[in-house]
Amino acid sequence: MTRPPAPDPPAENEPPGIPGFRTWRGVYLFVLGWFVLVVALLAIFSGFFS
Amino acid sequence: MNLADWVVLLGTIVGIAAYGSWRTRQIKSLNTYLKGGQSIGWGTIGLSVMATQASAITFLSIPGQGFESGIGFVQNYFGLPLALIIVCAVFLPIYRRLGVYTAYEYLGRRFDDKTRLLCAGLFLLQRGLAAGVTIYAPAIILSTVLGWRLDLVIVGAGLLVIIYTVTGGSQAVSLTQRLQMAVIFGGMVTAAAVLMARLPDGLGITGTAHVAGALGKLHAVDVSLDPARRYTLWTGLLGGLFLSLSYFGTDQSQVQRYISGPSLRESRLGLVFNALLKIPMQFFILLLGAFLFVFYQFGHPPVFFNQSEWRRHAESDHGETFRAIEERYDAAVAASQAAIRDWVRAREADDAAAASGARAVMVEANRRAEAVRGEAKAALRAADPRAKTKDSDYVFITFILTELPHGAIGLLVAVMFAAALSSKAAELNALGTTTTIDLWRQLRPLAAADEARNVRVARWFTAFWGFVAIGFALFAGFAENLIEAINILGSIFYGVILGIFLVAFFFRRVGGSAVFVAAVAAQAIVIAMYLSLNLGYLWYNVIGCAICIAGSLSLQAVVGPRTPRPVGRAT
Repeated sequence: MTRPPAPDPPAENEPPGIPGFRTWRGVYLFVLGWFVLVVALLAIFSGFFS
Repeated sequence: MNLADWVVLLGTIVGIAAYGSWRTRQIKSLNTYLKGGQSIGWGTIGLSVMATQASAITFLSIPGQGFESGIGFVQNYFGLPLALIIVCAVFLPIYRRLGVYTAYEYLGRRFDDKTRLLCAGLFLLQRGLAAGVTIYAPAIILSTVLGWRLDLVIVGAGLLVIIYTVTGGSQAVSLTQRLQMAVIFGGMVTAAAVLMARLPDGLGITGTAHVAGALGKLHAVDVSLDPARRYTLWTGLLGGLFLSLSYFGTDQSQVQRYISGPSLRESRLGLVFNALLKIPMQFFILLLGAFLFVFYQFGHPPVFFNQSEWRRHAESDHGETFRAIEERYDAAVAASQAAIRDWVRAREADDAAAASGARAVMVEANRRAEAVRGEAKAALRAADPRAKTKDSDYVFITFILTELPHGAIGLLVAVMFAAALSSKAAELNALGTTTTIDLWRQLRPLAAADEARNVRVARWFTAFWGFVAIGFALFAGFAENLIEAINILGSIFYGVILGIFLVAFFFRRVGGSAVFVAAVAAQAIVIAMYLSLNLGYLWYNVIGCAICIAGSLSLQAVVGPRTPRPVGRAT
């Protein structure tokens, strides 16, 4: 008897396909880190030039 | 503008519109017309999402904001990356799993038809009004400075966008937005390069930044807790998060852009693209405005940048008063220039004591010059109480027309039109889609099976909203600061809409009737608060959302928990 093919993994679990990132959680953490860095740089920029 | 400018302007704008119409002229399937056949890659989705949000107002008003108030407006976008993470993780998978055409379709399945219609109705009301502003805003500014007839600009731009949006639907919108964003990036880089080249000798980029900073234009992060302040770290994080979550998660003009990807991955990457680039992009546009402020400190700035409005009064019976103000302003600017040069010299000489003294003199001289600008606005108001006294929207276009070489002027005016058309097209596409899917198909359920008829109806509704926007832009007056007018309008409605969606996603025991009553009450309270309180408008996103969620939970607790109903995929 032929076993039915395994169902596709849920779309939510599909890998992001970005080098260096295995999960979407990693991508979101990177975005969060980038955001914190940008805000910190803006604060430093403000302080430096004012 | 000379012939070269006209060739660049018309070649770019009409060329892109014609290309979009031609490439998408044979669309017959509803899925392709409303979702672009779900074949659009992440790069185009990312540019399309960016182009939808960045209207002409972004490129006219935001440099003006940087010029007038500094770069603090960038905080308005602090909630955006956080909101996009939530949209990627929560909203997007649900929309894609259900295969919906509109965000409000989901509410019909999760709650009931009345909640779906309420949300779709709020969207149509808010976005329909904003569509008028989107077309009016650049038209009033460009017609004022270029001497074109306002009605012709509104009708011309409106008809152009109607033609390609009606012809090719979502696919034409995404296709043209990608090209329009290329024009916008090219134009803004050109303007920035010219500005840098025109800065005073020896000042350089760092020196310019120091002058801008010393004159209070580079204060990007404000941690004040004063609720009356419009742009602080907290309003940006909290209010901006709610505004962005509502805009990107529930506004059909954005939802339609990112559900058009062939897979969840492509849609998510398009949003991540925006989460990474939006704040830096807004920062650079604001910085351009702050640098324009310094540029004009060394040049001969007009006392009032809307020169058309100024001349109208200066050449009237009040002419003497206006000429006296101009003379006082010229003297104040000359004193300010001298003070700035003294400060720069003291800084370069590493003389801390002299620099400190010179800086105080410079700040005071600049304050006096700004005070004369205030007098100019007061004189305009005294001469005509209806006079438009906000001139910051005219700063960047004045720089473009007076400082850029021919050809580049045409390119920058094309930037304004490209931005106007790209956001307008997405709005019309969304308005037409929502009217077709959430209203017409609800009233005519038997017609849903007739694919060709659905496409035809969607085209008619898209055209209908295009003409409504043109009519609204032709006959309505708008608030003076155009970008704020749109954000205020959005903040009044977005919070409640977001509240409905958050209840749908996270409170499974709340039913349609409870959320419907709570949403209507929350909307009434937000409007009453806006009319009676002086509160930073971003807070209304938080307040509307909180009242809607709390009201839904309370009402459901009173009537007893409901049994969750399954939410199935579209057929």
